[in-house]
Amino acid sequence: MTFSAFDTWWWPYVFILAGGWLATDGFRFLGVYFGGRLAEDSEALVAVRALATALVAAVIGNLVVFPAGALAEAPLWMRVASLVGGFAGYLALRRSVLLGILSGEAVLLAGLYAIGFDG
Amino acid sequence: MQTLSHQISGPPGARDYRHWFFRGVRTSFSVPLLILVSAFVGFAGLAREAGISLAQTVFMTGIVWALPAKVVLLGAIMSGASLPAAAFAVALSSVRLSPMVVSLIPELRTEKTRSVTLYLLSHFVAVTSWVLAMEHMRAVPRPMRTAWYCGLGSTLILVNVAVVAVVYQVAGSLPPILSAALLMSTPLYFLTSLWGSARESAGHFAMVFGIVLGPVFHVLTPGFDLLSAGLVGGGAAYLLHRLGRRRRGRDGEAEP
Repeated sequence: MTFSAFDTWWWPYVFILAGGWLATDGFRFLGVYFGGRLAEDSEALVAVRALATALVAAVIGNLVVFPAGALAEAPLWMRVASLVGGFAGYLALRRSVLLGILSGEAVLLAGLYAIGFDG
Repeated sequence: MQTLSHQISGPPGARDYRHWFFRGVRTSFSVPLLILVSAFVGFAGLAREAGISLAQTVFMTGIVWALPAKVVLLGAIMSGASLPAAAFAVALSSVRLSPMVVSLIPELRTEKTRSVTLYLLSHFVAVTSWVLAMEHMRAVPRPMRTAWYCGLGSTLILVNVAVVAVVYQVAGSLPPILSAALLMSTPLYFLTSLWGSARESAGHFAMVFGIVLGPVFHVLTPGFDLLSAGLVGGGAAYLLHRLGRRRRGRDGEAEP
């Protein structure tokens, strides 16, 4: 039952609906249902948030260490340097997400340009 | 509340709703939208690399909407995960949407708001619309907030669906150096925006653990890397958070 398991036009859409939509809107609807009943600083929510944050962070790690496409051709240390540079820029420049992204990209582009990167 | 807003005297009419809907549209054009668009530019490149068709990518953008959930879904598709495993990983990454919605609802509704309206509007909840709503919604008259949030949320989705559709088509013809930079924008956006949104120390511990454990479990437990990293990293972060608080408690400091 993988994304490419069935050779029909509709299977990928079923996969996206069941794998993506159900889970995301499910938790949104749960949030509406609980409205104001659940305190945002409750202990269970702290644990759940920590788990969810670690999961998204794992995605970040994988995107940098095992990237797809053209980024995979850039050296690993340069990708890590770009992430570290982006984070340093974010912390140094008023915790601005935009400036953080730009610093990370600047590190990557400077590095790629220096080694004469052509994919 | 209503008495404070001079725009509305008497029962609100269609013109009021339309007016505030477009005020919401205008609020969406902001720096957070710019950041979100740059992240979706990266997402479109990623989807193309993952071998997802243009129609499927556009469909996914509108129907899932939360960017971390979509990247997790793409990651599951790329690693050949089965549907239950993919759904579980996406569900874990989306748990965070519940508390966001919970905190938004009390500000959004009046006693007369139908719950079906709230359920439909909740689809727009993701980091960007939530941040903008928390910042600007208090200035919107309460009966007009649902119309305003509808304008805000739908514009964010439409703009990004358009961006994804266009970038998907040109991403293949980009020079490799730009294509690499495009793919790097997603992890950079997640890292910086997630760090900013973490409310307690547990969130920051969880990020450090998760970033390191993701690639480690990618090698150790292929197919279950995200789940393993989420459970182990998140669990350890929560325990550290508990320990830290207990220690502070023993030292006689007040708990937060």
